[in-house]
Amino acid sequence: MSKYYVNKFLFTVDRNPEYLERYTKDPRTFVATWEQSIGPRLNDAEMSTVHSFTEAERTALIEHDYVALFEMGAHFFLNLTIFIGIYDEAHMLKNGPLAFQKEFAARLQHWVGKDYPSVST
Amino acid sequence: MAQLVATLASTHHPFYLKATTMPPEQQMPQAPEWKRKIEAYRETLSRTKPDILVMIGSDHFHQIFLDNCPQFLIGKAARYDATFYNEEREFGIPKYVLEGDEEMSGFMHRHLMGQDFDFAFSNELKIDHSIICPIITVRPDADLPVVPIYTNIFAPPLPSPKRFYNLGSAIRKAIDDYPSDKRVAAIGTGHLSLELGGPRQFMETGPDPVFDRQAIEWLRTGDIGAILENVDHESMARSGNATHGFLNFILMLGVAGPEDADYVDNLDLFHTMEAYFTWYPKEAAA
Repeated sequence: MSKYYVNKFLFTVDRNPEYLERYTKDPRTFVATWEQSIGPRLNDAEMSTVHSFTEAERTALIEHDYVALFEMGAHFFLNLTIFIGIYDEAHMLKNGPLAFQKEFAARLQHWVGKDYPSVST
Repeated sequence: MAQLVATLASTHHPFYLKATTMPPEQQMPQAPEWKRKIEAYRETLSRTKPDILVMIGSDHFHQIFLDNCPQFLIGKAARYDATFYNEEREFGIPKYVLEGDEEMSGFMHRHLMGQDFDFAFSNELKIDHSIICPIITVRPDADLPVVPIYTNIFAPPLPSPKRFYNLGSAIRKAIDDYPSDKRVAAIGTGHLSLELGGPRQFMETGPDPVFDRQAIEWLRTGDIGAILENVDHESMARSGNATHGFLNFILMLGVAGPEDADYVDNLDLFHTMEAYFTWYPKEAAA
C-alpha cells in the first residue's frame, strides 16, 4: 500500500487543469498514463523507481471512489478538493449549492463516532 | 526597536469574497452580516497604522507536499506570488503579488533559530489562501510588505499545542527585538472545529459547536492554561478532522501573550464557526 503515492496522484492532478480534465473524462486511461509517466517524475530531469499502486488503490482511483480512498487513509483535503473539482458543478446545477459535498458526507456516515483511518504517511 | 501594534487571529473562510461579491439576489442570507463583521474587524487593524505584516498561515498542499514537508517555514523573498489554480477554481480567489521584506524575514529567521526553532526557509514561496484570505478580509488593498510564516497543521505528526504557543512567544520576541522603527502587526489564521472530506463536513454548524464556544471563551480570556490542559491532537481530531487549524490560534495567543482579547466577534456560518480576535499590546494601548 502506498498512501503517499495515492496522495501524489491526487496532488498532481488537482493542481493541473489539463490532468484534471483527462482524469474526469477517461479515468482508466489517465490513471495508466499517470503511472507510466507522471507519477514517477521527481523533477524535470529525474525519475523515481520506488512507488507503485496496489490493485485496490488503482481501482479506487479509476472509479473516482472517494469512500474507498478515505478508508485507505488518503489525505482528507486532497480527496475532497479533487472530487469537488470534478463533481461540484454538475451536482449544484441539479440539486443546489453544496449538493456534492453533502452527498460525500452522507456516503461516509458509517464513520461517525469512530476513529477515522489515519492520514499519516 | 520595532513595535508590535496588533495581533490578529481569525478563521479563514475561503468563500468570503465570493459569498459577498456575487449578485445580491444570489447571495446567502448571512452575506450582509458577514460583510459588516469583516469590515468592523478590518478596522481593528487599520487604526494601528502598521508598516509590515507578519503573517502566519498553513499551506494546504499547494506549494508544500509530502515529499518534503517542513513543520515550520519562513518565506525570505522580495516578492510573493499568491493563489494557485485550484484555489481560483474552487473558491474564486484572484491572484495577488505581495511585497516581501527580506530584511525582516532574515532577521526573524536568525532570531528564531537562536531561540531553538530550526525553521525551514523558502526563497521562492507561492502563497495560498491561508494568507490571502486575511489579506482579503483585513487588508484588501494588499499594500503592505509581508513576512510569511507557514506551520504544518495538515500532515501528521504535528508539533504539540505547547510548541505552537512557544513559537508564538518566540515570534513576539523577534518582533520586539527587530532593530527598526517600523510598526508591525501579526496576523494569523486557522480554524475552530472543522471537518473536510469526512462524514461531518458541511453540516448546518461546525462539527463540534461545544468546542467552538469553549475555544472562543479561552481565546477571549487568553487562557492558555486551560487550552493546554484540554486540547491535544486526539481531542482536536474528535472535534473534526481538520480542527488542527486551531493550533494557529494557539500560536497567535503566544504572540499576544496570555491576555484578554481587546476585540472578539464570531459568526455561526454554514459548516463553520467564524471567529475574529484582536489583541493590542498593553503598553501601546495605554
